[in-house]
Amino acid sequence: MIPFPLHLESLLGKPLMYLVFLLIGFLFGYVLEISGFNHSPSLASQFYFKDLRVFKVFFTAIVVGMLLIFGSAAIGLLDYNLIWVNPTYIWSGIVGGLIMGVGFILGGFCPGTSLVALATFKVDGLFFVLGSLVGVFLFGETVDLYRYFFNGSYFGRLTLMDVFKIPTGIVVVLVTLMAVFMLWGGEQLEKIYGKKDPSKAPKARYYGAAVLALVAVSIAIIGQPTTEERWARLEPTRAEALANREMYIHPGELLDTFHDHKLNLMMIDVRSEADYNLFHLLDAVHLPQEEIPSAINELIAMPANTVFVVMGNDETAATEVWKTLTAQAVPNVYILSGGINNWLDTFTTVFEEDFCGKIIEAGDDQLHYEFNAALGSNCPAAYPDHDQYHFEYEKKIKLDLKRAPVGGGCG
Amino acid sequence: MDKNDNTPKKKFQLKDLFNKPSQPYANPYLGGVLLGLVLFASYFITGNGLGASGGLSRYAAFIEDLIAPGHIDQVPYLIAMAGGQRNPLDSWIVIVTTGVLIGGFTSGIIHGRTKFETHKGPNISKQTRWLFAFLGGILFAYGARLARGCTSGQALSGGATLSAGSWLVMFSIFGGAYALAYFVRRLWN
Repeated sequence: MIPFPLHLESLLGKPLMYLVFLLIGFLFGYVLEISGFNHSPSLASQFYFKDLRVFKVFFTAIVVGMLLIFGSAAIGLLDYNLIWVNPTYIWSGIVGGLIMGVGFILGGFCPGTSLVALATFKVDGLFFVLGSLVGVFLFGETVDLYRYFFNGSYFGRLTLMDVFKIPTGIVVVLVTLMAVFMLWGGEQLEKIYGKKDPSKAPKARYYGAAVLALVAVSIAIIGQPTTEERWARLEPTRAEALANREMYIHPGELLDTFHDHKLNLMMIDVRSEADYNLFHLLDAVHLPQEEIPSAINELIAMPANTVFVVMGNDETAATEVWKTLTAQAVPNVYILSGGINNWLDTFTTVFEEDFCGKIIEAGDDQLHYEFNAALGSNCPAAYPDHDQYHFEYEKKIKLDLKRAPVGGGCG
Repeated sequence: MDKNDNTPKKKFQLKDLFNKPSQPYANPYLGGVLLGLVLFASYFITGNGLGASGGLSRYAAFIEDLIAPGHIDQVPYLIAMAGGQRNPLDSWIVIVTTGVLIGGFTSGIIHGRTKFETHKGPNISKQTRWLFAFLGGILFAYGARLARGCTSGQALSGGATLSAGSWLVMFSIFGGAYALAYFVRRLWN
């Protein structure tokens, strides 16, 4: 298993976890202060190209942070799937961003910097913070007037890699190069508008830029861990569980889970579309094997009480999908034991026998039943009557802790 | 203490902390590297990035809850933070925000930069600066709620984790500020 990030609450308990967050906040505030972020004219003068101090701190920090995050992910220390990536909302993001820009140039701060200004007794910082509290209040009072706009144009966990369809390493290199270019350009603008002499700045910044570029290229060469590599890390611990069939649940347990309202059940049917149309369980989502990788982000973002049950006709394809999901850090994934064939063996009623019922010779992971109509989930076997069936089985579903954060720092 | 000392040692007074000569700010690239390290440490250990507006909005909800507890339970946006028995301050982001205040204060004391003063452009009065800081705060916080994060939570944290939406927000913030800068240049120049 990839060791970081940690699940702090279960590891340390709440008081110590909050102490860690206090320390992170402390360092954040300390660094903002030594960088001059409590000095509003510095913050504002970047918008007149006179003093790009804030701009330099900001883009250097993004590149350094990005390189460390994706560098540690590349060598298998940090699981990128388990860190919070801000979800994308296009229009509310753009309009909100523009409003923030207006607030920035008028007020001379942003929320984090105003807090540091307040902490160092800057009166303008105090007024900005007071205004912010009013702004939050006004938002709470008015957001319901345009709720659809606020919640619309939602794309979930969408990364630059998804948008441009290029590998992570290439994005990392491009962002690094762009930032270095912007910092260089910023110095040129400062020379023109701020009458600053860049030759007086320490030469070390050139070496720094070279190091950043080198690290970015190395990250691109190493690449991010593939599903196979992730599974290889897990295999020593999970292969035995697989051999012991710890994640194969009896059809009866799945039926009971239908009625367990503490759990959020998500059934993933990985068969062909034709088989799915002939028969599937009520509310099962059709997600064939090849579409699984693109659905990972969405599955990880599901609520913490979600239980995923993967099903094929037999078990071969479902087991492969289980491996992919588990390797990609999706929690609480189970497999329907014996697949849909076993389900039909268990729950077929008189009704289905009219339409199918006929057991045919078929290979592994093929549907063993022949249907003369595409029933979908419109038959009793798709949602068997819970009161009619009682099974003895070994209960296997137990909810694991969800390690991925459920919300970011902005909610 | 030696009583024969000719130069009596000055007794330490609290106000000396605030009268130290100000030291210059750090080199911006060094500041950026340090900020990047803090950002990474946050993601690496906790899985979450940095933020500020989230903490502010929970403080706002807390104040509203004190003034008008019944009202909170009617506003859907606030219920999530402070509805019923929920304490809006019981959140990691509030702790981070509190840490920011302590960290900023500490650094300000150490470097002689914690002192009562108003920073402003040369051509406006303090009162004008305060008014615009207040107005800017209202707008910034409103926009930050609408975009689900500010320069810290969206632009910095989302920027480093390569969130597409965060880059969009980042460019919108800078775009908005650069577009308006010329028209309000009297505020700062």
